[in-house]
Amino acid sequence: MSATPATPATPAASLQGTTLQIDAHCRYVLRLADTSLVLAQRLGEWVGHAPELEEELALANLALDLIGQARLLLTYAGELEGRGRDEDALAFLREPTEFLNLTLAEQPNGDFGQTIVRQWLIDTWQLCLYERLAASSDTRLAAIAAKALKETRYHQRFSSGWLVRLGDGTAESRQRVQRALDELWRFSAELFAVDQVDERMHAAGIAPSLTELAAEWSARIDADLSAATLRRPAALPYPWQGKRGVHTEHLGYLLAEMQYLPRSYPGARW
Amino acid sequence: MYTQALDNPGSEAQPADSGESGGRAARFQARIDVDEKIEPKDWMPEAYRQTLIRQISQHAHSEVVGMLPEGNWITRAPSLKRKAVLIAKVQDEGGHGMYLYSAAETLGISRAEMFEQLLSGAAKYSSIFNYPTLSWADIGAIGWLVDGAAIMNQIPICRCSYGPYARAMVRICKEESFHQRQGFEIMLTLAHGTPAQRAMAQDALNRWWWPSLMMFGPSDAESKHTAQSMRWKIKRFTNDELRQKFIDITVPQAQFLGLTLPDEALRWDEATQHFQIGPIDWSEFQAVLKGNGPCNRERLEARRAAHDAGRWVREAAAAHAHKERMRASAAVPPGSAPEPRVAP
Amino acid sequence: MSNDWPLFEVFIRSRAGLEHKHVGSLHAADARMAIEHARDVYTRRQEGVSIWVMRSADIIASDPQEAEALFEPARDKVYRHPTFYAIPEEVKNL
Repeated sequence: MSATPATPATPAASLQGTTLQIDAHCRYVLRLADTSLVLAQRLGEWVGHAPELEEELALANLALDLIGQARLLLTYAGELEGRGRDEDALAFLREPTEFLNLTLAEQPNGDFGQTIVRQWLIDTWQLCLYERLAASSDTRLAAIAAKALKETRYHQRFSSGWLVRLGDGTAESRQRVQRALDELWRFSAELFAVDQVDERMHAAGIAPSLTELAAEWSARIDADLSAATLRRPAALPYPWQGKRGVHTEHLGYLLAEMQYLPRSYPGARW
Repeated sequence: MYTQALDNPGSEAQPADSGESGGRAARFQARIDVDEKIEPKDWMPEAYRQTLIRQISQHAHSEVVGMLPEGNWITRAPSLKRKAVLIAKVQDEGGHGMYLYSAAETLGISRAEMFEQLLSGAAKYSSIFNYPTLSWADIGAIGWLVDGAAIMNQIPICRCSYGPYARAMVRICKEESFHQRQGFEIMLTLAHGTPAQRAMAQDALNRWWWPSLMMFGPSDAESKHTAQSMRWKIKRFTNDELRQKFIDITVPQAQFLGLTLPDEALRWDEATQHFQIGPIDWSEFQAVLKGNGPCNRERLEARRAAHDAGRWVREAAAAHAHKERMRASAAVPPGSAPEPRVAP
Repeated sequence: MSNDWPLFEVFIRSRAGLEHKHVGSLHAADARMAIEHARDVYTRRQEGVSIWVMRSADIIASDPQEAEALFEPARDKVYRHPTFYAIPEEVKNL
């Protein structure tokens, strides 16, 4: 958490318990949960199709870690919401407009280079975020973040390692991964777009400052790009709103596939 | 069962060592007879080496191809827990493939060669993975029946004569038990679920029962190589013995689930104390082995496509490693001792 | 330059206090990847606190043909084993 405590106009304590605050708290946790869930779903598509058997296992490991994070976060979000929805009800029965994942997470796998770039951008973000969330005033969230942090360190090592191999590999690999980076860069602005939910959570000492995060993230990104001999694309601040339930067309298809069984057999146990 | 195609014309395992020193062969057999393990650089008859390469690599290929029918349902698993468990299972299978390729490589064949044999269609893998997974219940059926059959086959191989293969099998068997339990648990949940779920489970059983029995391969009475494989302690039980054991264990499990096995001739034989089954359609088995099963083409196509699509990735990694080595040797002045390294 | 990823042998220390044990092999393009692959393949069930990898090509092994010369002579030097010596029972701590 940042060294200087937030000094909001109204002390954070008096907001606790209000519907707005609970709603913001729940939404904040859902954003984290959905990003991990959607990213895990994408990684699950790689099983059987990776460039080498060893990478199959690596990508599956990433997916498993992310599902684990999603389950913990979704369960918590369901409790905060207080409507009796558990992790599966939230995962399988919400509409696309109710999903609050980063737009970046739902982008298609493309080739291995595109998958690595997407992974690396999010891994680096999660690394900065979980490091700070581990000191959150929300002790439940702090515990989840502390556990996730260990996993994310490994994810970031894996994805940045591959970024470097592909960026500084062959002419073809550099071309492919630079192209992927140019394509996906426009989604990175959303990682640090501050809205009311972020402000409330920061004021309450629950969430770190996204602006601080942005600076650290940017420095780490630049270091990896340099090692990978890749060009940082120009900033493209398109106001993506995945965090607010406004997604690209990809999410609909992703969820249709993911949710089809529970939706087809309402009430069934699996 | 991973060696179903060993007896096909073209597989050259000869029963006796031809042209190799009788003394050495006798000493080799003597080691095996007292349950000594053969290790990679030990002398071995060429036929022993070739039989093992074929058996181990077919086993490895089976694990790797086997990731596909189950991987098919990862994105559609009906709960987060099931999704996680399925990913873990498929990951295990990939890992098993790796342990086995590892073991085969100790015999003088490379992973690249073996993979090329698989992708070209020259190498065989277990017939069972050429069947499609059409419903979520198939995932349960595969865990329960296919992994169940695999365990039956694998446990004896933990005592096979070749060290690396035996050790790989010990590792695999430790990991395998969760696979069968997760499959059975899925079937149990479905069988006790809604009528639609029960029907799903019954349908899956109807489609996977016979192919699972065929996994054990045809009767050994028709194989001239079984005797030699058994002498070399590569194979420990006959196909029929293993199949019968599987049937006797599995039929009560199906009864417990309240599902019907798709075999009108199935009955308990009081005299032999075994379940007797109806006739197996071996023509279907032969067709699948020859490449004419429901999914043979798709399975190989998928693996080929992944391999081709990944070529630029593998090349990039190799190129980068090469660049790093060049940089490292340029940085070290000639004559100075290299520092011991911890990998970054 | 080959496009093949070289073969590495993997050794895992499963718990503090134990030695590294050989568990198998895998392919990787470089040392860092080899460690990651070893971690992914061989420590999924918490079976590791330390990983060693080395290129298979760098292993120097004794020749099984020389097994007799290398290992037989130790067989009759039983005085290296503690059980060779007869110590009266009453003497403790030996």
